[in-house]
Amino acid sequence: MISILIFIIFFTGGAVWFTINCRKVRRNILIGKDIDRKDNSSQRWKLMALVAMGQKKMFERPIPALLHLFLYVAFIITQIELIEIVADGVSGSHRMFASSLGGFYTFIISFIEILSILAFIGTIAFLSRRNLLKVPRLVKSELNGWPKLDANFILLGEITLICFIFMMNGADEVLYRNGWSHVSESQGSFGFAISAHLGPMIFGGMSESALHVIERIGWWGHVTMVLAFLNYLPYSKHFHILLAFPNVYFSNLLAKGKFTNLDSVTNEVKLMFDPSAVVPPSDGTPMRFGAKDVMDLTWKQLLDSYTCTECGRCTSSCPANITGKVLSPRKIMMDTRDRLVEVGKNMDVNNGTFKDDGKSLLNDYITPEELWACNTCNACVQECPVNIDPLSIIIEMRRFMVMEQSSAPAELNSMFNNIENNGAPWQFSQADRLKWAE
Amino acid sequence: MAEYLAKGETPELLFWVGCAGSFDDRAKKITRSIVKILNHANVKFAVLGTEESCTGDPAKRAGNEFLFQMQAMGNITILNGYEVKKIITGCPHCYNTLKNEYPALGGNYEVIHHTEFIQQLISNGLIKIEGGSFKGKKVTFHDPCYLGRANDVYEAPRQILIDLDSQLVEMQRNRADGLCCGAGGAQMFKEAEKGNKEVNVERTEQALATNPNIIAVGCPFCNTMITDGVKHFNKEESVKVLDVAELIAQNL
Repeated sequence: MISILIFIIFFTGGAVWFTINCRKVRRNILIGKDIDRKDNSSQRWKLMALVAMGQKKMFERPIPALLHLFLYVAFIITQIELIEIVADGVSGSHRMFASSLGGFYTFIISFIEILSILAFIGTIAFLSRRNLLKVPRLVKSELNGWPKLDANFILLGEITLICFIFMMNGADEVLYRNGWSHVSESQGSFGFAISAHLGPMIFGGMSESALHVIERIGWWGHVTMVLAFLNYLPYSKHFHILLAFPNVYFSNLLAKGKFTNLDSVTNEVKLMFDPSAVVPPSDGTPMRFGAKDVMDLTWKQLLDSYTCTECGRCTSSCPANITGKVLSPRKIMMDTRDRLVEVGKNMDVNNGTFKDDGKSLLNDYITPEELWACNTCNACVQECPVNIDPLSIIIEMRRFMVMEQSSAPAELNSMFNNIENNGAPWQFSQADRLKWAE
Repeated sequence: MAEYLAKGETPELLFWVGCAGSFDDRAKKITRSIVKILNHANVKFAVLGTEESCTGDPAKRAGNEFLFQMQAMGNITILNGYEVKKIITGCPHCYNTLKNEYPALGGNYEVIHHTEFIQQLISNGLIKIEGGSFKGKKVTFHDPCYLGRANDVYEAPRQILIDLDSQLVEMQRNRADGLCCGAGGAQMFKEAEKGNKEVNVERTEQALATNPNIIAVGCPFCNTMITDGVKHFNKEESVKVLDVAELIAQNL
């Protein structure tokens, strides 16, 4: 009885804490400016099915994609077992679905076990890629410190979770095989694909009481790890396992070459061309051109930042980065998220409103040198497996530097002058435009 | 265009030459090749001549939205004044800007890149290519970012190269995975940030790895960058950098 109570308190506490943190993330994302991404819902669902659920873009690089698929499928399928764990936890039963599902139960658990082994292989491979093989994109400087630790925590957490599953099933296999189960009339092996063999191999010689303890450690360990993982997500890059889906749903559906139009600028330009032009009245709040800080970005750009799992495919395809410039599209996303988290904490201690802390995304996190190194080639946008758009943030920040600070590099200012005076980025006279035909 | 207007006619097509095509000596040759192809196919077209002005692309990519919109509004006034319906461009940057960014400011036209247009002329039989002169020649195509990733046009230029009987070889990074030449995002007009390599050298290295006779391009800026890259490797004698339009024009 006491264990039921502990389980319910434990589980409810975990769920509540997770909900509180998710609401904070949601609040943080919604400090961004509005943008309409609710059109074409059928196209969006299709995109989500292909890119997020179907992992379409992952398979541009088949080896990590396959390893990732093991973890992804195992994660989803294991949730079935979690249903039973919750049902057992609140009712005090043991393997509640076993008797009613019979052979199908063995099939499901066996399936989970096989996927868990594949996920185990995937996790070991991922750990080696990061720590032994040192795949270039996984050891770049922006990952030093916490991001590297975060990645290893997640992978070690996954290994621990898998170990608990096999402790639970393996010990139970031996208990049932020896006729020592307290909870069931029918004894004998379940015939689970992996633990029917692994269980006797590891736990075969143990006493009844030791097996019961091991089985319980496995069961409680599993529940604990699931809740720990869940509550770790909002603090970690691993949040992508949930946010990838809405993030892909709200993707930009237009041509990648089409940059946003600034309506506030359009109104000014219209008035310059025709002072009598009718423009929508301003709502009185002073407008800022471009983005200096996270609140100048859209909620989608902020959602992008929380969705990023720092895989670095963007950075490894970026022409600036691969030729040694400081720009890394992944760092743009990480900086945006880190600043947003900082702004969120500021709001937490100031009754939900942001109090100026004298810092901003520009300069304190992202330097002009990074922003000016961009070729706007869209390689990062193309590469991202969950349709994150680092380029749009770079452009918004360039807009701020040019239109609010007039701090473009000198050569670009000359280019602007040439366009303004000669209608071309070079110092040629517009009257000479037809000279090619001579 | 003004001459057509004086005669009371409207040409079916406006050829948007672009700044590079108007002023850059290398790109002027591409412009003349495009004109040669259009004339050969008896396409009735016009140019804006001295009334053309920068589309504002480099200003927009550099963050100067204000200057971009000033340019765009000015150009749209002229284009709409001539009732232009269809535009062919010799540059993917003009193409992208006119096609994607002018509609929001009141400029709605059918915009087509010269490689797409030429490919249509070939498939409609309006120009016939005497095959042979490129037979067996190894040609690799460098995808311009603003034609490829930005607008998903990958196959039209390749189809032309196949129609020319050339042996099309692909770089490791091609189509959606293509690497920028280093000019985009207004980089053409400034020194690169500190690094350990120039982007155009990196890209040219990838192109040369296919051992080509010709590196075909579809953008005057890519042309400049890759040409410089080929010179960097002292290969200008053995490897030519040519626009797809030039390959066709040579063959008419």
